[in-house]
Amino acid sequence: CSNWRNYEAELQRCRPEAAPVEFGDYHPLKPIMVTDTKSRRGARKGSTSSSSSSSSSAPADPLSSMLDGTDPLSMFAAASVSEAPAMTHSREKEEEVVGPDFEPWSSKRGEILARFTTTEKLSINLFMGSDKGKTCGCILDLPVCMCVQGSQRELLNLSQQDYANRIEELNQSLKEAWASDQKVKALKIVIQCSKLLSDTSVIQFYPSKFVLITDILDTFGRLVYDRIWTMCSDPRPLPDSFTVDDVNDTAKETCLNWFFKIASIRELLPRLYVEAAILKCNRFLNKTGIQETLPRLTAMIRGIGDPLVAAYTRAYLCRVGMEVAPHLKDSLNRNFFDLLGTFRQVSGESVQNQLVQQRVEVPEYLTLYSPAINWILQCIAYRAPEPLLTEMMERCKKLGNNALLLNSVMRAFRPEFVAARATDFIGMIKDCDEAGFPKHLLFGSLGRSLACADPPESERLTILNEAWKVVTKVRSPQVEYRCYDYICDHTFYYVSITFIHLSFISRSQKREVNTVLADIIKHMTPDRAFEDAYPQLQSVIRKILTYFQDFSVLFSMERFLPFLDMFQKDSVRVEVCRSIMEVFIKHQVELTRDPVILNAMLHICKTMHDSVNALTLEDEKRSLALLIIGFIRMVSFGRDFEQQLSFCVEARATFCNLEPVLVQLIHTVNQLAMETCRVMRGSHSRKTAAFVRACAAYSFITIPSLSSIFSRLSLYLLSGQVALANQCLSQADAFLKAAVGILPDVPRSISVEGKLRSSESFLLDFINNFLATLLVVPDHPEHGVLYLVRGLLNMVQDYTWEDNSDAKVRVYVSALPLLAAMSQETYLYSIPKVDSNETLYGGDPKFLSEINKLCETLIGQILDNLKALGRDESTRRQGALAFSLFGVLLAHGDLRNNKLSQLAVNLWNLCHKHGYCETGISVRTLEYIKHQAQQHDMTHLTDTVQRLALQSRT
Amino acid sequence: LEIVLDYIFKRCCFCVQEVVAGVILLVCKEALQHHGISLSMEGLVNLQLSSKSVGVFEAFYNSVKPIQLISSNIEVAKAGKVPAGKTEIPFEFPLITKGNKVLYETYHGVFVNIQYTLRCDMKRSLLAKDLSRNCEFIVHCQPQKAKVVPTPVNFTITPDTLQNIRERSSLPKFLIRGHLDATNCVISQPLTGEVVVENSDVAIKSIELQLVRVETCGCAEGYARDATEIQNIQIAEGDVCHGLAIPIYMVFPRLFTCPTLETTNFKVEFEVNIVIVLHDDHLITENFPLKLCRV
Repeated sequence: CSNWRNYEAELQRCRPEAAPVEFGDYHPLKPIMVTDTKSRRGARKGSTSSSSSSSSSAPADPLSSMLDGTDPLSMFAAASVSEAPAMTHSREKEEEVVGPDFEPWSSKRGEILARFTTTEKLSINLFMGSDKGKTCGCILDLPVCMCVQGSQRELLNLSQQDYANRIEELNQSLKEAWASDQKVKALKIVIQCSKLLSDTSVIQFYPSKFVLITDILDTFGRLVYDRIWTMCSDPRPLPDSFTVDDVNDTAKETCLNWFFKIASIRELLPRLYVEAAILKCNRFLNKTGIQETLPRLTAMIRGIGDPLVAAYTRAYLCRVGMEVAPHLKDSLNRNFFDLLGTFRQVSGESVQNQLVQQRVEVPEYLTLYSPAINWILQCIAYRAPEPLLTEMMERCKKLGNNALLLNSVMRAFRPEFVAARATDFIGMIKDCDEAGFPKHLLFGSLGRSLACADPPESERLTILNEAWKVVTKVRSPQVEYRCYDYICDHTFYYVSITFIHLSFISRSQKREVNTVLADIIKHMTPDRAFEDAYPQLQSVIRKILTYFQDFSVLFSMERFLPFLDMFQKDSVRVEVCRSIMEVFIKHQVELTRDPVILNAMLHICKTMHDSVNALTLEDEKRSLALLIIGFIRMVSFGRDFEQQLSFCVEARATFCNLEPVLVQLIHTVNQLAMETCRVMRGSHSRKTAAFVRACAAYSFITIPSLSSIFSRLSLYLLSGQVALANQCLSQADAFLKAAVGILPDVPRSISVEGKLRSSESFLLDFINNFLATLLVVPDHPEHGVLYLVRGLLNMVQDYTWEDNSDAKVRVYVSALPLLAAMSQETYLYSIPKVDSNETLYGGDPKFLSEINKLCETLIGQILDNLKALGRDESTRRQGALAFSLFGVLLAHGDLRNNKLSQLAVNLWNLCHKHGYCETGISVRTLEYIKHQAQQHDMTHLTDTVQRLALQSRT
Repeated sequence: LEIVLDYIFKRCCFCVQEVVAGVILLVCKEALQHHGISLSMEGLVNLQLSSKSVGVFEAFYNSVKPIQLISSNIEVAKAGKVPAGKTEIPFEFPLITKGNKVLYETYHGVFVNIQYTLRCDMKRSLLAKDLSRNCEFIVHCQPQKAKVVPTPVNFTITPDTLQNIRERSSLPKFLIRGHLDATNCVISQPLTGEVVVENSDVAIKSIELQLVRVETCGCAEGYARDATEIQNIQIAEGDVCHGLAIPIYMVFPRLFTCPTLETTNFKVEFEVNIVIVLHDDHLITENFPLKLCRV
């Protein structure tokens, strides 16, 4: 009962008239051009306001306005460029303000805390005094006299963590005291805390103690400043750039009172620290307060006898100074010169006695200075003019040329500066006074700078050789390692990086780097020293990867893989493999078959794959799979298809736990089969036929191991299509049969991106796709007519669809066009060299009647369903369904058949009965039918049209 | 019934011959009936003999009685009612004495106290208690007209320069040099100078500045002179670097210092001691009398 179709003619008819599209005229995605912006921009240039796009008359398209450079950011940039020369003259102060390129203290904090640790027992000696301070009739908010008489509290035997907790508790109680208006108590807490800084009893912990306690001081400084600030913010808040004149008398008096109070603190160290903490408050009192206080405090630090305590006090002062008045460079320099001046104390008797007492070695003691000195130098070197740095360098040289200082200088100064003077520095390193500070550490620091900036071309080789000489002498790291592990791991890493860098820029890369790697392996293997240096070794790998992007060179370095073997902790190992893979995917442009690369990469990917276990997170698995897929896609053996297939076999065995990889492998193999087909121009030789069958077999046995039912389904279908295209009929049959076979297993809901969703729409999509393929699949000689179609429909019937769903009927409706297409003399499409049913049956009436029978059954089923829907009062669904069946009948049915045309009319009426049909669609359908009726041998439609009444809903 | 009686001063301290101005602040929840509010101002010098002196000078026990410098009384409000809420009553007192009495600067010492107070009394009906509140305010004496010419003092301390020691031979060798920028100091400005430890056989433990007041009370019959510490400021801690100048810096604490004072009945003078504590607990002190003034 299906319509005879002439696809060619239909296609001709359907083709729209060729209307040349004029490109460039109009495109919906093209940005709206604002043509008047040019003139406008000139006028706006001077102003700094950024009211750009909103003021333009054209429709505000934020993207297009960005394109022509009027967005606030680029405007600002443009403005700053044009104003730059003016700024250097008029606003010199502005320029000196700390920019984002200044590494803030907060970033150093954590590092120091992690580095300077101790297992010794610590103690906090708090001398809190009684809370009933003698009131001395002061009319201000603080009694001027501080009577420190009261209980002394000593906490002994604290572990480091306890200590940190105690300090945090103090920080809390400071805030609480402040909030409850107990200013004196707050001050006492701060004083007692800063007093702790004069205690150097567990000296290894001192830098960390400094960090913890200065946190409290910072809190205090902030509290005081904020309080005074709010005192003068009545009636309106002070602007940020307030002057002394904006501050009222009460605020000034309170502020002054704080300073008086602090000035009467007995001990030097708390007095210094607390005054430094509230340095910023000088702004309330007078213009030059900070300017005068900083040098005074700097000078006062000279009174601190212990050089370590003094160095840290200087660091704190510099820190506060940088924050409050970054333009006052002089006191920074002053601090450093004083530091240099007192540096000889380090080797003095008091210090030495202390070290003996605490059983601390000199080199370890010296490293305690590095955070403080580094910080001071960083403050000085920040945007410092070249001559100043040179002067600093000279001064260091003159004052004993101490290794520790040299080290800090190299770390604090700009890498470009250091790199440009690399030869000088090497000279200094060579004749510096070692004083327990190993020289290779100095090379480490030098290396750090050189890793960021290149030394002059001509000096490179000399530097490499010089440095090499020193480093090769460091032969017993494991001994040193245990003593000062901090120094060593860092150094070793920087030294190594330097060499890699140097070798690279001296263009003698591969051999040198290989040597360096060999050396690292040699140093790190004894005593499993590498276990403590994973981060450093990882950095070495990263550095190598930035230089070697040609993987054939990289893997041909014979020490590279042994180097990788040093990463024996699983998580680190995977991390390293991952970074290598990332670089590989990013930089490997050409497909490769290089056995060196393949072997190494397989090894790396296997490592990643093997790290997957039951506890691995989904995301982790996904990203690993993506990386491995990236690798698989880069492998190509060119015309050697068999090799490629065997690679896939190997890969399947290796990566069996990662499903996405398996999917990719099946795609690769399918592609391989199609590639073979292309090469053979569609007709396979015996050999290639066997090969493509092997490919099909590969897919066939791989697919069942996937757990996702939809990837299985779509892969079966895809592989079936590929098999069909390669004339492997029985394989194609098997694929499709397998697909039909697993249909009942499709769960009713699947999880998509973590949410449970109905699988119905996916399943419908798949079935429609499947039906489209079935048109070209020839029937199996041993099975009955339309074996697969029947099988599919049976499965559909038996499948437990969701309640209240028309999915089943929809499948039936969409099966009708297939059956109609199958009954044509020539099929809509076919596969070259595969005979479809059209040729097999040659329009045999028996075949056609089979189809007709099937159609009748289907239509019967659909109509039953429609009736049932009518009973259930779900008339909307009924209408929609009836309309889709009407559409199918109209398109594919032969309406000359009276029964059919009557059915169509009935359906039309049914779907308009309840008025759920969209009038627009109905009208268009009618027009279409009228249009069709004008066609040759379609005149019968005219009758039908006349019987189709259009009901207006009103 | 809750009543808060308080003062708000226009300024924190007042100069002699100025006007003490401010407001009396009354906060009450309900209207308050009273029989008059009065305000009195008084300036007093309290002298006290130290316990060790008392035995010797019992004879003139009676002569040590407070010396009144200034006193005045005004009625702020006649009997009436204070409305509920916040009431501010402004007041003014001139700081001018009758006759040739001199107003001294506020000073809190041990044996000499110079204090200015303001007392507000509110008389109330028989059933309710009278309200009263005392408050001290600070008075600065008039700045001196003459310019202060700084008188720098250099000092050198070695074992040989010390007096008052028993065994000179047991002393370790040291040489400490330094200077004070001035011994006639302006009270609002810090005491400054430098000290340099040129060398020392024994490590230094601490260098401190000890500010000392010397109070003398007396009359025709005799006098008692006592020196007590006001504050002790550490300027160096631990074994300081030799040859490096360490700043001497001390702010004169308010209330506890005043311009050096010399009257017929009492004297208030100040001294500073530079105290060097050696690691073997030897104590080396160098004394400098100061003359404080206000400009």
